Amino acid sequence: MECILKPKDFASDQEVKWCPGCGDYAVLNSVKKALAELSIKKEDVAFISGIGCSSRFPYYMETYGFHTIHGRAAAIATGTKLANPDLSVWVISGDGDALAIGGNHFIHVVRRNLNMNMILFNNEIYGLTKGQYSPTTKRGEVTKSSPHGTIESPFLPGELALGSGSNFFARVPDTNVKLMTQTFIDAEKHNGYSLVEVLQNCVIFNDNVHESITSKETRDDNQLVLKHGQPMIFGKESNKGIRLNGLELEVVTIGENGVSEADLLVHDAHTQSPVLHTMLVRMKLPEFPVAMGVIRDVEAPVYNDELEAQIADAIHKSKFQSLDELFQSGNTFEVK
Amino acid sequence: MQLAGSLFTDTTANMGNQIATFPDFPSEIRAPQGTVAGVSGFQIHFGTTGVHSPGDAPDVLIAMNPAALKANLSNLKSACTIIIDSDSFSKKGFDKAGFEENPLEGDLLSDYKVIEAPITSLTKENIADLGLDNKSMVRCKNMFALGMVFWLFNEPLDQTVLFFENKFAKVPLIAEANIRTIKCGHNFAETIEALTSSFTVLPAKKQPGLYRNITGNQAAAWGFLAAAKKANKELFLGTYPITPATDIFHELTKHKWTGVKIFQAEDEIAGICSAIGASFAGDVAITTTSGPGMALKTEAIGLATMAELPLVIVNVQRGGPSTGLPTKTEQSDLNQALYGRNGECPLIVLGASTPGDCFKWAFEATRLAIEHMTPVILLSESYLGNGAEPWKIVQMDELPEIKSVTSSNDDSDWEPYKRDSEKLVRQWVPPGTEGKQHRIGGLEKKDGEGSVSHDPMNHAKMVQLRKDKVAKVADFIPLQKFKGKDATKLLVVGWGGPFGILFGAVNELQKEGKDIAFTHFNYINPLPLNTAEIFEKFETILVCELNDGQFANYLRTQFPKFKFEQYNKLQGLPFRVDELKEKFNTLLEAKMQNI
Repeated sequence: MECILKPKDFASDQEVKWCPGCGDYAVLNSVKKALAELSIKKEDVAFISGIGCSSRFPYYMETYGFHTIHGRAAAIATGTKLANPDLSVWVISGDGDALAIGGNHFIHVVRRNLNMNMILFNNEIYGLTKGQYSPTTKRGEVTKSSPHGTIESPFLPGELALGSGSNFFARVPDTNVKLMTQTFIDAEKHNGYSLVEVLQNCVIFNDNVHESITSKETRDDNQLVLKHGQPMIFGKESNKGIRLNGLELEVVTIGENGVSEADLLVHDAHTQSPVLHTMLVRMKLPEFPVAMGVIRDVEAPVYNDELEAQIADAIHKSKFQSLDELFQSGNTFEVK
Repeated sequence: MQLAGSLFTDTTANMGNQIATFPDFPSEIRAPQGTVAGVSGFQIHFGTTGVHSPGDAPDVLIAMNPAALKANLSNLKSACTIIIDSDSFSKKGFDKAGFEENPLEGDLLSDYKVIEAPITSLTKENIADLGLDNKSMVRCKNMFALGMVFWLFNEPLDQTVLFFENKFAKVPLIAEANIRTIKCGHNFAETIEALTSSFTVLPAKKQPGLYRNITGNQAAAWGFLAAAKKANKELFLGTYPITPATDIFHELTKHKWTGVKIFQAEDEIAGICSAIGASFAGDVAITTTSGPGMALKTEAIGLATMAELPLVIVNVQRGGPSTGLPTKTEQSDLNQALYGRNGECPLIVLGASTPGDCFKWAFEATRLAIEHMTPVILLSESYLGNGAEPWKIVQMDELPEIKSVTSSNDDSDWEPYKRDSEKLVRQWVPPGTEGKQHRIGGLEKKDGEGSVSHDPMNHAKMVQLRKDKVAKVADFIPLQKFKGKDATKLLVVGWGGPFGILFGAVNELQKEGKDIAFTHFNYINPLPLNTAEIFEKFETILVCELNDGQFANYLRTQFPKFKFEQYNKLQGLPFRVDELKEKFNTLLEAKMQNI
């Protein structure tokens, strides 16, 4: 009998303890919707998180979950996936967890390309420890730990991921449940490490940090929602687009200066070269809209598949059939 | 080669060693080079005591070409270290020596510890700027090998340097070439952290049966393979390379045919974390490391303790602190194993005591981890890991089944942290199990239910439960034994790697009729239930260990009523029988005088 699960079937009995208005709620709802739509069994899903507000996520899912230690979720998830490749494994992490204390694991898990998903909640602040700047906080921001403004340049998660060899990178705002849901579905369907950066609002310590990107008034002009095979068009009146001018991107208006839709770039998420994907990731306000949706989605060898193949090959070629044969191989001698 | 041999002989003799040498060179001065007949060799046997002959089979063979390897192959014992000049192992070279295929490939040398070094090319490169002709440069290469041997045996270079300065006083260029080469070889060995097997196998009566030689690291790897098989589960190793533990990892990579999954992580933390993730998903999970790596794994060990997941952490100890002495042996990570975590964080600690029994203790560590749902730290030592001894081959059907605590489908009142009354363990329910979805983590758990709890009384209860769970392991391990008569004057106490030498020293004194007994611990936490009963029987208890008294201090906290004397050594070297006997005799005589 086909068992159809609804989003609410994925809700655990635990009370959700995030602050009222936190962007995490929308992510939670989108993930439940995505899993229901994917028809994955609850017992075949594992959410593995590090430390931080968003890392409480696994408690709220009626799946398997592991709330681990700061920065290490990706490393723990790696073991879980290798032990049981049939599981749908989701790494839940924040900008501090994944890119500061867990920065080393982040670049390596991206590079290795296991078939897992990672949701990176980027609110550009440390929430759980009450408001220190994070590796994604914009230069100059005044926070609890930078009363005179930060004097360090932030990571752009997508740029770091693509530089580490990411094969699937998407970015979504926490205000667009529909886009988040679809992107999580795409992430799960991609065979490889799928990284989804959520621009998430921390209502207490960094409220409205993404406001200029996500507010109702500005979102159409300030977001470019990418779709594979579609021209890069955005704007309230859908009349703006992205064109390649020499080696740079530029924003153009359709119908002005002889620009037509045919002049615009068409999004190719599947092209192997990360050059254009990186340029899209780097687009920022006010000069450009911020790129959303699946920016990169390419096929590459998958670590867990290759490990399984190596083991199968070793079993096939082995001169030993049992451990007893191994123990008794080579130079042995009898003591009487 | 004859010169290299005699220079090493002079230095070792000067260092107070007994020496026997056996120069073995072709009768024809110009026998064809590269052929077996043309091999020039020099055998030296050295040690502090008991050197009566050049030694039947060497611990280290330096083979400057394939012919030298061929000539000595039949005379090697297993786990012997072979230093090879890889530059000479061309097809031409091994054809000339009569090898059918490259001996460095295939299984021919699988029982030995082979150190391949491009000796000729490094020698030439190192002295290229001196302007010597090619022949003179190549002639220095034996000194490179000698430098490596000086490193392996902790011998100083000074005397050899002085020798060259004097001998070639009139040709300083040659002196410099040789001195630079010997230093280069010494540095090279240090850089690659070259290790030799220095385990002393004491003559003892062996049980009849089929034997093979095995190193401690190989035995540990095999023990884990056996344990996973007996648990009817897949083995997962998450690890990061570190001297002197890496050979467990190397050995397991040879056996992917068993289904073992091996993950070389980006760091020590990811090594253990991946193992914890694999354990969560139902694999028999292990991680291997040495002291500095242990330090990095600390937080994750706490997570495994809190999550109550089975996990084996192997620490092949080396000299510390910090980077310390990567290639030398020590037992100074005991405190780290017992106490080195935040919070009240008890776990099982075991210590292996011979290369061969690393198999047994790897198996036992895995059994206890799975059956008691807890991390287990297995302490090995450089001396064991790289040492070799004859090992009585275990038959798989002699080993017990390992039974994990899993739930049945009709277990309607199942909860993630519900415990059985006998062992206080929770059930191991990996993802994929229908209807038992649950969440675990590092936050304090509510007793039974397993949800997050900050309740004060619940925390107190959980701390006690985790402590009791580990303490209860004592009900499932054998009682402690001792060797000697009841109510003797002196009890020698050891743990871990010094077993063989302590046993040997006590044995010799017992044969002399001395009033001495010996007990050796492998179960460190919890200790066997009858430990105090044994201590009761003796007037003096002497704890011998290669650290500053960590086990002695641990025993003091466990058994405050006894007085523990200490004998410690911190030189990166194993104990010697003579120094132990001297200490034992001093204590025995002091006791006599008191009477």
